Amino acid sequence: MPVEINPALVRHIAELARLELDDQLIQRLASDLAEILAYVERLDELDTESVQPMAHALDLTDVFADDVPGPCLERQEALANAPKKDGEFFLVPAVL
Amino acid sequence: MSQAVPYTIVIGLEVHVQLLTRTKLFCRCPTTFGAPPNTQTCPVCLGLPGALPVMNRRAFELALRTAVALQCRIPPRTKWDRKNYFYPDLPKGYQISQYDLPLATNGYLEIADPAGRFAPKPIRIRRAHLEEDAGKSLHDEAAGVADSRIDLNRAGTPLLEIVTEPDIRSPLEAKTFLSELKLLLLYLEVSDCNMQEGSLRVDANINIHIPTASGMVATPIVEVKNMNSFRAVERALQYEAERQYVEWQATGLTKENAPKQTRGWDDQAEVTVAQRRKEESSDYRYFPDPDLAEVTIPAHQIERLRDEMGELPGALRKRLEQQYGLDAYASDVLVNQGKAVVAYFEQVARQCGDARRAANWIQQDVLRVLNERHIGIEQYPVAADELAELLRQVGDGQLITSRAREVLERMVQRGEKLEQAIAALGIQSVSSNQLRELCRQLVEANPRIAADVRAGKRQAVGALVGQAKKRNPNVNPAEVQRICLELIEQSE
Ligand SMILES: [Zn+2]
Repeated sequence: MPVEINPALVRHIAELARLELDDQLIQRLASDLAEILAYVERLDELDTESVQPMAHALDLTDVFADDVPGPCLERQEALANAPKKDGEFFLVPAVL
Repeated sequence: MSQAVPYTIVIGLEVHVQLLTRTKLFCRCPTTFGAPPNTQTCPVCLGLPGALPVMNRRAFELALRTAVALQCRIPPRTKWDRKNYFYPDLPKGYQISQYDLPLATNGYLEIADPAGRFAPKPIRIRRAHLEEDAGKSLHDEAAGVADSRIDLNRAGTPLLEIVTEPDIRSPLEAKTFLSELKLLLLYLEVSDCNMQEGSLRVDANINIHIPTASGMVATPIVEVKNMNSFRAVERALQYEAERQYVEWQATGLTKENAPKQTRGWDDQAEVTVAQRRKEESSDYRYFPDPDLAEVTIPAHQIERLRDEMGELPGALRKRLEQQYGLDAYASDVLVNQGKAVVAYFEQVARQCGDARRAANWIQQDVLRVLNERHIGIEQYPVAADELAELLRQVGDGQLITSRAREVLERMVQRGEKLEQAIAALGIQSVSSNQLRELCRQLVEANPRIAADVRAGKRQAVGALVGQAKKRNPNVNPAEVQRICLELIEQSE
């Protein structure tokens, strides 16, 4: 069932993705997204009547690891890519 | 049960339980509580590009064991989904959780109140699923610090989320359900259920149904968070039900015309406070996690778990009542103390031959010491066979109850063995010959008392019992009375 891609929906998705978009870009993305979805919807033409629904593309199940501790990163390494840190913690703009 | 309020309370609970694994759900970082911040992380739990999650076998088994114990329906296969939202303690931008194929649905847990404040009832379990925890955000509200600090040690820790149907009808039932669930989880050894360390967290959904002239009215559902003890849950729900009633009287808002709200419990102020939440945040755009394979659950695995499960609290309470003749209250007290106390009781009961005496002594004397010292039965200084021997001697009449309590006290305080404690207290068991001789002397020396007894004043024999105890504190008063009466009647 095709979804109508209107500017309000694009704005909602952008909000969820924490993207700030101006009105002009929203207009353009709306038509881009509509085109992309129309393209993907061509898959609906396939007859899947006799195909089992699946949650995964690989024919693979039950992949487990044993509950045995392995190595961790050094803290300095773990924090290395953070834009802001204090040597112990990641620092982020105040939440709550 | 009757309530003094003009409405029905409707409560459903969401419980997050941290499973007792050594490592995280999808990586092999340890889950040790209290490690220095950000020392238990790796590319997987930091959400670094290219890292791949692999399911912890033990976490899955513990979750499944719980699902079986909660009598849930377990599907032949289950999968994991990404729950997408942004928060600084969620490095990947999504939480790996389970959406439409959870590993358990349609279970139940029975609750009852030995004090009879509500009738026993099953609380239905809507679903249980396995998911990863987020990290911790620390907010330094003082000192005007602008940044929040993030510790990702906890990110990726395995959680079992258990969701009930809205079957709970009072804050007391909610508290009872949580106690029973916690007890079950402890018996199953799937979690340590330590609320202080966040191993067990509770959110509650609550509203009230009010009968009116135009039919039943339901208030808007409120999700209550930040409850840090079972006591806090009870109090928060009590407060919230009343608050909703007052608000409905003022505004008339109902479930139909007002949205669901989130409120946090303030333990100091004893009120719930509205929390701000963006409407968008409930749009999680779940989709199957392509990095994780499905897990199949063959019937024989469920059978095996059922076989290995051992006795669970509900069945154990009934067995203690039937096998040992305990009343419901006593079996409840013992079972609620955990498996180790029950094992201790059963050994004492078997070896001393009097289960009710064993239950009484454990409830009164043993549990008091455990509570005072904050220790488990494993650290209790008196072994089960020693307590059993002590109680056997009480049962035989070799030791009177008051002296036996002194003996136990000494064993607990000084760590003495039974024989040592008895000797140290100068208790010597009185042989039946000695006892008879003592009674004979007393009867002979007190002809007036003997005469009174013969004249029908049987209580006069009490004076002889008093004298006997003075001469030898180890005599059994009931025995002295019996023998003296017998001698007086014979000498008639
Ligand atoms: Zn990790």
